[in-house]
Amino acid sequence: MNSAFSLQSIIGTVLGISVLLVVLLSSAAVLIWLERRLLGIWQDRLGPNRVGPLGIGQVVADMIKIFTKEDWVPPFADRSVFILAPSIVVIAMLMAFVVIPFSPTLGISDLNIGLLFFLAMSSLAAYSVMLAGYSSNNKYSLIGGLRAAAQTVSYEVFMGLALMGVVILADSFNLRHIVQAQEQQGWFIIPQFCGFVVFLIAGIAESHRLPFDLPEAEHEIVAGFHTEYSGMKFGLFFIGEYLGVILISSMITTLFFGGWLGPWLPPLAWFILKTFVFICFFILLRAAIPRPRYDQLMLFGWKFMLPLALINLVATGAVVLVQEG
Amino acid sequence: MLDSTKSVSTRREWTLWVREIWSQVKTLGTVLQHTFSKADTVEYPEQKPYTPPRYRARIILSRDPDGEERCVACNLCAAACPVDCIALQKAEDEHGRWYPEWFRINFSRCIVCGLCEEACPTYAIQLTPDFEYCEYNRQNMVYEKDDLLISGPGKYHDYNFYRVSGLAIKGKDKGQATSEEQPVDVKSLLP
Repeated sequence: MNSAFSLQSIIGTVLGISVLLVVLLSSAAVLIWLERRLLGIWQDRLGPNRVGPLGIGQVVADMIKIFTKEDWVPPFADRSVFILAPSIVVIAMLMAFVVIPFSPTLGISDLNIGLLFFLAMSSLAAYSVMLAGYSSNNKYSLIGGLRAAAQTVSYEVFMGLALMGVVILADSFNLRHIVQAQEQQGWFIIPQFCGFVVFLIAGIAESHRLPFDLPEAEHEIVAGFHTEYSGMKFGLFFIGEYLGVILISSMITTLFFGGWLGPWLPPLAWFILKTFVFICFFILLRAAIPRPRYDQLMLFGWKFMLPLALINLVATGAVVLVQEG
Repeated sequence: MLDSTKSVSTRREWTLWVREIWSQVKTLGTVLQHTFSKADTVEYPEQKPYTPPRYRARIILSRDPDGEERCVACNLCAAACPVDCIALQKAEDEHGRWYPEWFRINFSRCIVCGLCEEACPTYAIQLTPDFEYCEYNRQNMVYEKDDLLISGPGKYHDYNFYRVSGLAIKGKDKGQATSEEQPVDVKSLLP
């Protein structure tokens, strides 16, 4: 362990972190363009195609716009909390990426509680939304914040439970070990299909993406928790949301679809490819499925997903016990 | 009895759940199929849409077949305009014909409803299919008579107000034009 603190390894880690930061933030920005193009395709439109080839320059245009906007704090807001809130979601989401193994050699940290760290960080992100809703001092923001809190608390419960099946099969909380276990046992999507479905739905709810974007439901409560936000503070919420999408997609890849495993292509390419497919799936969900009512969301969570996660956990445990004999 | 009804209702609830979820999955598939369908978008500045001849857009003032202004400055268009975007001033030439001294349309107010065209007794004011009249400076949206007046008769090629109106002007008394009838003598008892 001491050798891990040598100068070389520290420089290597810092370099890795910086590269990851740049890649993640820029891909979160590109996702805005990708989402708009894909939504366009699925709604028989074209989407932004004017700026640069295929409209990819839209990313730069959006960045310039959002950076040069007036950074305004409403006089009635709780100033310090108001400013702090948007950064929490980005920090929490970026922290969660620390534990994700991108390839056999790449990855910032091999925490042996990696899965728990991910769950902890993704629930910390809920504070961002709650504090934003509270500090804005606006009815709609507060309702959005309340919804976010209730939704996160409800869906967090079985998000963790759904992953316990994977942990039982892999016998480890370390994400790298989980991927390595899938090399021997096959991808966990097959034995853990229920767990996958539950985790996917909980993940959508965690990242507040449609159809579970009730905290910002623009048809009912203006823009929900970020009603009062503008400029780069709003941009941070936006980036946080897209980071959440990338995070949940890469977690699904890691836990259920064998992470970097795959023939012919290099491991990192497999990881990126699988993650990309799930990002596209997130966008497809947005294009296809309408938002449920708030009580339907709660009902679905507690009455359907939670029992499903529990049954999955018990069944997986029983099967593993029987097999070990 | 109670137990059986309960089980029926729970079974119904479960089939409902399954049907609801299946419906969501089917929706995903249907939307995904749209990957392969063509976009309906008309890429406007490159692809011009077809506008029918009677499309209502930029307003013009037309001339009669002799090349004279059709407008007789009757003010009906200005009165009909629901947003009051038309303004004009009457003048009279040496032949006794009325014409607008100035004629002004504020296109930043105009809602292209076409009521001015309907109100016009001389077919002078007409709407054209040209809808591309944006300006960077708002003041440039105010069109004067020079900007409005065109050299042709517009949609009505043969119409000349003074040849059908029964109105006396210098060199033409009532009923003297080709398509005019003699005025009725209201003081006579004859039919």
